Amino acid sequence: MTQQNTPPVVEMTGISVEFPPVKALDGVDFSLRPGEIHALMGENGAGKSTLIKALTGIHSPTAGTIRVDGVERRFSGPADARAHGVSTVYQEVNLCENLTVAENIMLGAEPRVLGGLNWRAIRRQAATHLERMGLDIDPGSSLGSHSLAVQQLVAICRATVGDCKVLILDEPTSSLDTDEVAHLFTVMRALRDDGVAILFVSHFLDQVYEVSDHMTVLRNGTLVGEYVTADLPASELVQHMIGRSMDVLEAAEEVLEQAERPADATPLLQVVGLGRKGSVQPFDLDLYEGEVVGLAGLLGSGRTELARLLTGADRADTGEARVAGRPTRLRNPRAAMRHRIAYTSEDRKGEGVVDGLTVRENIVLALQAERGWMRPLPRKQVDELVAKYIQQLGIRPADPEALLRNLSGGNQQKVLLARWLATAPKLLVLDEPTRGIDVGAKAEIQKLVAELAADGMSVVFISAELEEVLRISHRIAVLRDRRKVAEIDGNRASMDQVVELIAGGGAA
Amino acid sequence: MTTSAPAPGAAPTEPVAPRARARKLPARLDRRYLPVLGTFVVLALMLIVGGTRYENFLTPAVISNLFINNAHLIVLAVGMTFVILTGGIDLSVGSVLALSTVITAALLQAGLPVPVVLPLSVGAGTVIGLAHGVMIHYFQVQPFVATLAGMFLARGLCFLIAPESIAIDDPSFVALASWVQIFGEWRMTSSVLIALIVVGLGFLVLHFTRFGRTVYAIGGGEQSALLMGLPVARTKVLAYVVSGTCAGLGGLLFAMFSRSGYSLTGVAMELDAIAAVVIGGTLLTGGTGFVLGSVLGVLVLGLIQTIITFEGTLSSWWTKIVIGVLLLIFVALQRVLSLRRT
Repeated sequence: MTQQNTPPVVEMTGISVEFPPVKALDGVDFSLRPGEIHALMGENGAGKSTLIKALTGIHSPTAGTIRVDGVERRFSGPADARAHGVSTVYQEVNLCENLTVAENIMLGAEPRVLGGLNWRAIRRQAATHLERMGLDIDPGSSLGSHSLAVQQLVAICRATVGDCKVLILDEPTSSLDTDEVAHLFTVMRALRDDGVAILFVSHFLDQVYEVSDHMTVLRNGTLVGEYVTADLPASELVQHMIGRSMDVLEAAEEVLEQAERPADATPLLQVVGLGRKGSVQPFDLDLYEGEVVGLAGLLGSGRTELARLLTGADRADTGEARVAGRPTRLRNPRAAMRHRIAYTSEDRKGEGVVDGLTVRENIVLALQAERGWMRPLPRKQVDELVAKYIQQLGIRPADPEALLRNLSGGNQQKVLLARWLATAPKLLVLDEPTRGIDVGAKAEIQKLVAELAADGMSVVFISAELEEVLRISHRIAVLRDRRKVAEIDGNRASMDQVVELIAGGGAA
Repeated sequence: MTTSAPAPGAAPTEPVAPRARARKLPARLDRRYLPVLGTFVVLALMLIVGGTRYENFLTPAVISNLFINNAHLIVLAVGMTFVILTGGIDLSVGSVLALSTVITAALLQAGLPVPVVLPLSVGAGTVIGLAHGVMIHYFQVQPFVATLAGMFLARGLCFLIAPESIAIDDPSFVALASWVQIFGEWRMTSSVLIALIVVGLGFLVLHFTRFGRTVYAIGGGEQSALLMGLPVARTKVLAYVVSGTCAGLGGLLFAMFSRSGYSLTGVAMELDAIAAVVIGGTLLTGGTGFVLGSVLGVLVLGLIQTIITFEGTLSSWWTKIVIGVLLLIFVALQRVLSLRRT
């Protein structure tokens, strides 16, 4: 469909976006031509959302130019971008459920008569738009009465009202089932054939292969390249996305020795058929003392969901868990804590540190919670504990009274680790402990994980960086499409082998 | 292809199909109207029960008085509906109403003519509403706190202006207040007329202007409204301006009703207004509700009062008890409805 010779409708050159000290995007070029579906690929933190937000004016780039239809532009926000033909549909449906479908489509662009809204025309125009999308619903019905999928399509319908030249779809399929996705793709192709340029972000590889014409891959805020979808095998794409940065982690590897476990050892935590509808399909997993188990898979493959089931953060609806051989129900994180299972969430800000409290307060939080508020920890003991962890983990600044929000991401992560280490866990589940932190801190955390395992702790390690998982893990569980697809020996696994497993289902 | 107007020529024929399909569906009641319908049923039941229990209950005189006694509350409830629809609250309306009565009385006493006094007393409410809106939107103050401050401020200002009650004897004001239109046994005073005009305006603004629809959109999800490119800031501020203005106007009506300005009028009246809006089917979380529902809510409150007066032996505090029970029932009902929706 794409005409290579037509001038691009969006042309971004040398785009850099900084959130000091982090460079979220570094000199990225991107172009989008009319009548193509262009997939933007990359792992979490690669800069996809940042690029979209730079285009729609939510972030302002520190360098680079953005041209829309050949005119250089810096939009002041989504509304401004929309007025110039660049519409965005987000992962969450940003519409008003309390209003009718017709209103949601036409809001802000309603036809008027005699200074008042012309409801007949509103409904009629909305019906025309709906029909073009192949949506057979009553424009007068309230949006909230429809499924999420229909709402998503209505959102796209809204985006195409007016002069829409560029349609950005940010993870539109994450809450849709197969039929609904098929419908969405039909609509997308129809829009493309009308000459709309569509920027499509999805973490489902098979969907990207099904619908896109071109793809641009980002990694760590830099451009990896632009490819024709048909010419790029899935395994190569995964390699581009994950990268092969072999720079870190010599230290961790030294510590990591194959912990020989006796053949008759009882797993510390054994789960059989544990699963949760809509979250992760039933899986088996054994976790032993002194062992690091890595979870590998793309974003959205179910890594986090699996971890949440292991630690009681979500309640499983099938299967059972045995702690040290005894059947146990992990109803909530508190129950898991009683069995000395600790979990650090990937959402460090939202579910991890309390950024208005000090380092000291953050570190003792879990320990104090375990003791109950009736038995406060003696201040002297708190100070000793905090001093010990600050020193052991190298938390900077080494000030127990520093507010967490003033610490860098890496140091916040160390404080979070310290909090759980203080509760002396037997099983530590770390979800993306190294995300968004600098290389030095990353290596320190990896080394620490290896040491903890050597001391007999069982660790589950989740990271988007395959390289890291491969180095640090004794065993690796591979996930794809919310299913555990394989379990391999971490010492013998090769990068290619894991990439193959991860990409397995993807079309190529 | 992607133009906002449908292709000329195609427009009249094409859209017929989906609409015709929609028509074919069994005529089901939109559940957005359910709460209002509930209020209407309650009101009808009260009228029927009152009419069968007491003589002279279902008479034009009683119904006319219902409106006359509650004209100011109807106006307050209309303004409150705007604010609650955006997901906010305005606790200041009772105090602003009192301030407006005091300003009216004091200025008339000072000898200013009515055409000057009326805009000033209503305008006082507008200014306070504007201040609320600015505090809430631009300084991100919780509506509860911002309007609570406004409530104390307005009440304090009342006492500053007039520590004692001021009687109003300005002849043209009295003439305005005692204007009445009589249709047989029905009576409509000037305040009822004004209140009904305000209701009509409120309805038109909410349903036939972009401002009105944006009010609903903000209540449905402020973040969404922002991302849909709607003028959220302006609309939110304006909603409080509407409420403040309504409170000022309500004060004027109350001054016409009581022929005086008194600093202690309208204590806790904001809660009556909120109760009326909630009983009228508007969700406190915003986004759902109708002005006409709020009017029904005021009438329900007024009717409770009337019934208890007719009963004669009951203490008037029963009014509060019945209102409390009704509120609980309505809030629980709304909860059930919104739970079923998800």
